[in-house]
Amino acid sequence: MEHVSYSDQSKSTFSLADEDHTLANAVRFTLNQDPRVTFSGYSIPHPSENRVNIRVQTTGDPAREVLKDACQDLMLTCQHVRSTLDKAVSDFKLNNTGKDMDTK
Amino acid sequence: MSEVDDSMSEVEEQEELQRKKEENGSGLDYILSLESVPSKLPPRLEELKTRVFCKSDAPVHTDTIQYSGAYAALRVDNSLRLDNFCQNFKIELIRLTDDDMEFDMIGIDPALANAFRRILISEVPTMAIERVYIANNTSVIQDEVLSHRLGLIPIRADPRLFEYPDTTGTDKNEKNTIVFKLHVRCEVGQPRITVKTRELEWLPHGSELHSEDNNRDASSKPRTFTSFNCSQDSLPEFPKSPIGIKDSDIIIAKLGPGQEIELEAHAVKGIGKTHAKWSPVATAWYRMLPEVVLLEEVKDELAEELKNKCPVGVFDIEDIGKGKRRATVARPRACTLCRECIRGGKEWEDRVSLRRVKDHFIFTIESTGALPPEELFTEAVKILEDKCERVIMELS
Ligand code: SF4
Repeated sequence: MEHVSYSDQSKSTFSLADEDHTLANAVRFTLNQDPRVTFSGYSIPHPSENRVNIRVQTTGDPAREVLKDACQDLMLTCQHVRSTLDKAVSDFKLNNTGKDMDTK
Repeated sequence: MSEVDDSMSEVEEQEELQRKKEENGSGLDYILSLESVPSKLPPRLEELKTRVFCKSDAPVHTDTIQYSGAYAALRVDNSLRLDNFCQNFKIELIRLTDDDMEFDMIGIDPALANAFRRILISEVPTMAIERVYIANNTSVIQDEVLSHRLGLIPIRADPRLFEYPDTTGTDKNEKNTIVFKLHVRCEVGQPRITVKTRELEWLPHGSELHSEDNNRDASSKPRTFTSFNCSQDSLPEFPKSPIGIKDSDIIIAKLGPGQEIELEAHAVKGIGKTHAKWSPVATAWYRMLPEVVLLEEVKDELAEELKNKCPVGVFDIEDIGKGKRRATVARPRACTLCRECIRGGKEWEDRVSLRRVKDHFIFTIESTGALPPEELFTEAVKILEDKCERVIMELS
């Protein structure tokens, strides 16, 4: 859900249901890394409601697009983390079976 | 006339600039390629940005500077672009066993590292016992306590092969339920027995207990608490290793002579947010890499004193000739940040600086057994990706 004024789409608040600090903090980080963003922050209005509000203000681009880009970036980051780990694990396993064989 | 000419050339200049920009890709790339833009922070600021300083009373400079324009006044770009991240990000595995793993994750912001940790603890699904049908329980442990104990037992079953139960919990089939049976009895005249998890028996065909159903006709098969269409061990997607209990020697209850427990336990898929029994990790935690810096040379007796101060042996002493000795930082990674070495007055704080590297995480995952730890981490990262995708879908 998005709260935005019709006249100025560069400032907007997004209300995400069923999310918490996990996503909001990560998205805030990626948003902040984007030079188009002048302000971003999030809040959880009430602890017993599963909802976060993410505020995005940009230098002019529609906030919705910038948030989408941030999510896209976060996804790509995650993919990179995943492939890096896979590689590290397979390298580790390779090296260690080698060691095991040496000791035998 | 001359005025007009001037403005003409200005327009041309701008066009020229625009063209250059396009040649260099995005505008940002162009700006960064300019010689007058410094790309490095002054060393002191770099230190404050990348290190937490642990002083004797409190740590300082703990915040991460996330805003891309934080150093705009210094003309330093603080934005992180994906290609930069990919270049700098590293994972180094330290230890990997069947159920625990330690690795260094370098070049990532705490916001992301913490998201992974939170997801590992509370959002990666596992299977856990949710419903217990007690036919008989004459042991001293009450039904509800017994059920709770059963719920916390880690189950070795790949949760990715199962579906979440429907909300009413009435449709229990081979895709969403695992059934275990427990029937133990301590005969009169026997010594007391200890019931351990190895007594739990997997029922791949589903429940064997008959549900009370008054209006069934006598000829049909008696109804049970599940409706499996086929046996779970005949399903091709289930791996060769049978579903079971991870550890066979967890104590469930103790029975005295004449006491008996007969029950059936149904495990379903869930997440740790709902109940900790579904958490796939015993712990998932990280610490930042410690960095111990000697600000001045610590020699002879003082070096000896420093070495003896540290309970985990971070410091060593080396000979520098002419009978002189000097303290060195030999094992900074072992530092627990007890701050013992900077106790004893300001002079010690001036000698030793305790720091933490803000973007270097020593991540430890202990799995409870459903999935190996490296797969748990992969699953956690995937869940974060799914969350992003959901947001993108919602906004499109
Ligand atoms: S903080 Fe404690 S563990 Fe770390 S170097 Fe000082 S005395 Fe050793």
